[in-house]
Amino acid sequence: MTRDKTTVKTHAIDLETMGRSGQALDIANEEISLSVENLNLFYEGGKQALHDISLDIPKQRVTAFIGPSGCGKSTLLRCFNRMNDLVDGCEIDGKILLDREDIYQRGVDAASLRRRIGMVFQKPNPFPKTIYENVAYGLRIQGINKKRVLDEAVEKSLRQAALWDEVKDRLHDSALGMSGGQQQRLVIARTVAIEPEVLLLDEPASALDPISTLKIEELINELKSKYTIVIVTHNMQQAARVSDYTAFLYMGKLIEFDSTDTLFTNPAQKQTEDYITGRYG
Amino acid sequence: MTLDKDKKLSVRDWVRNGDPFIWINAAAVSISVVAVIGILVLLAVRGFGHFWPSNVLEANYAQPGLAAQRIMGEIVETESIPLEQLLSAGVKIETDKAFVDRTLIKQGNRDVTGTDFVWVIEDFIGDRKYPEAIMTIERREWGNFYGYLLGVKEQGQPVQTDDNWAEFQRRIERALDLHGQIEGIEKGAIGAINYELERLRLSERGLDLNKGLSSAERATRMADINADRAVLDQEYSVLQKQLAELYQQINRDSITAKAINGAEVEIQLAMVVHANQPNGMGLGEKAFAYLLKFWEFLTDEPREANTEGGIFPAIFGTVMMVLLMSVMVTPFGVVAAVYLREYAKQGVLTRTVRIAVNNLAGVPSIVYGVFGLGFFIYFLGAEIDRVLFEAALPAPTFGTPGLLWASLTLALLTLPVVIVATEEGLARIPRALREGSLALGATKAETLWRVVLPMASPAMMTGLILAVARAAGEVAPLMLVGVVKLAPSLPVDANYPYLHLDQKFMHLGFHIYDVGFQSPNVEAARPLVYATALLLVVIIALLNFSAVALRNHLREKYKSLEM
Repeated sequence: MTRDKTTVKTHAIDLETMGRSGQALDIANEEISLSVENLNLFYEGGKQALHDISLDIPKQRVTAFIGPSGCGKSTLLRCFNRMNDLVDGCEIDGKILLDREDIYQRGVDAASLRRRIGMVFQKPNPFPKTIYENVAYGLRIQGINKKRVLDEAVEKSLRQAALWDEVKDRLHDSALGMSGGQQQRLVIARTVAIEPEVLLLDEPASALDPISTLKIEELINELKSKYTIVIVTHNMQQAARVSDYTAFLYMGKLIEFDSTDTLFTNPAQKQTEDYITGRYG
Repeated sequence: MTLDKDKKLSVRDWVRNGDPFIWINAAAVSISVVAVIGILVLLAVRGFGHFWPSNVLEANYAQPGLAAQRIMGEIVETESIPLEQLLSAGVKIETDKAFVDRTLIKQGNRDVTGTDFVWVIEDFIGDRKYPEAIMTIERREWGNFYGYLLGVKEQGQPVQTDDNWAEFQRRIERALDLHGQIEGIEKGAIGAINYELERLRLSERGLDLNKGLSSAERATRMADINADRAVLDQEYSVLQKQLAELYQQINRDSITAKAINGAEVEIQLAMVVHANQPNGMGLGEKAFAYLLKFWEFLTDEPREANTEGGIFPAIFGTVMMVLLMSVMVTPFGVVAAVYLREYAKQGVLTRTVRIAVNNLAGVPSIVYGVFGLGFFIYFLGAEIDRVLFEAALPAPTFGTPGLLWASLTLALLTLPVVIVATEEGLARIPRALREGSLALGATKAETLWRVVLPMASPAMMTGLILAVARAAGEVAPLMLVGVVKLAPSLPVDANYPYLHLDQKFMHLGFHIYDVGFQSPNVEAARPLVYATALLLVVIIALLNFSAVALRNHLREKYKSLEM
């Protein structure tokens, strides 16, 4: 408990410590990691879930997608690592470029794409294996089975996910015995273990208690120096706290995309303003 | 509204508060439990009482109109029958009772009296006694003998001894030892030689059939075969000599005994399994004799048209077949279920296939038997024979019912169960776990192997448990595809290739049918039917328990997440 308290204390929301230097961010100055061009997505039966979306995700920044439930923010996120491929009858029109390569091009292998674009889901989904094996899973898939390499990678990943000190003595216990917050950080560790370029976080803290949520947010802040992070959240405070850029989606359309400061303090669109001031959503 | 405790509950309220439903549920469960326990107790009592060395009665039997006689034997059961039944059967009986007791006596001595069970009317039995000198001899032929020991003979000459009984027991020990040696040679060494000779015969025939062979090559191979055969013949004649010697030794001793009708009988000790004097035995001795007989029942081969001896080959055959069936059905069913659930496009066709698979479980098992006979044996087996065992033709090797085909037929029969259970297990794996694996760069196949299948393994085990329960109890199809009343040898032995999939085998379920309903000696066989049935239940339960234990272990390991 004492540790939790200190964590909370050091984690007061403060723009300075959060790494925002105060200097205005501008997408024009950023290096672009992912670029979405005129994306339309249809579910089975012709129901359109995304309408003509274009936006650029800057490299090594945190980009948040906000919007009311069912606005398509998770659907858009799942386009980035082609998770929607698994949905029967889902059709995609438009382009998503990762380093100028269209990921929906013929010949792109979804599995190797997903190694470059990792994803963490809404509810923690550790495998029913040991903590160690959970983290090593992605590496074993790649055929890495040397114990020394795996040991190193597991420790490094768990440290990155701020979980090492909590679990280093029980690496070979089942991951299912961990708390929800620990499980979610384990899933993050598991994802960073394969060293992706982009981390997609789909409401990663929505199933967690406030303390675990803070830990996850702190973690996101630390990880952004290495990874491009895209986070979907329905919690506007969270978006304001952790992200550099924010996109507001509504009814499958991208209403506004700007730096978080601008979007929250001076939105260009009436709809955005209504949403962030809580008039609907 | 006042609370009135004395107010009678109306029927409507009683129904509404759910009590009747609870009672109905409880009653249903109790009836099931009572039925299961009842059937097990019935089987145990009827079956396992048989092995107890019961006392032997000697009495007078004076039925009016018939000459009075002495009777001797074990009391099997007593029942009441209506007087008219006896009267109409021509028994002259004068009594005012409406019912008369009659008793079934196992009098043995089939060689002397012709029948070894006899019904006697209680009213006519007199002078009951249980002399300690009465002995019960279990023989390899002609069933039990009951009577008095007169003397022991060696080479036909009476042996002078103070204690005939002790001398008799000593010589039984010796005879049993010799009998064991004879069996060892006949079944073991000579069996192996016969097996080798048969192989040589087949390779010789193979040479004849192989037209492409040069005559020189053929001559050398033929010489090899003949040389091998000469060695085997040599070994065989040695064994034959040993055997003749042993037979001479075992036939040395005999006893003379007196049956209750006064006939003097000479019994070869080679024919004796064991001899007791049950009337003189204490509880401890009886318990020991009981265990000995029960052990024989479990481990021996059947004798006398399956009505005596043990049922080991049937136990072995049942377990063997179920194991082979499991090995065949599990991978096949799992692979089919994986395709249906994970790869096939979920449309009308897949749904139709699924319904068809489910309905296969309802096809009468005898239909599977006929299919197995027609397809596996007459078609597949005949093809295998034609291609691989040409030398043995026209005698079929696989083109005849056998262990392989029986296991395969049962695997087919239980396939739907495994497929349905596995499919349900696959459907229950949370989508989030599959996505978690895919998001780490695993392909669908890798996800399947590393996450989905291990997590679905408890469900596969459930399918296997149901399959085993169904297969082990199945009899009808087996009669067509490989089970026989008496198999000369076990399907596993010391001869290469050790597991003989082409052999016919015995099965407990069929054994029950055979002993109970096809036996020439129904009364003698009845207790064995109960005992065998209980044993079959126990074996199925054991097979199931081990599968359940394995499943629980797997369940614990892959405990599903709360998602």
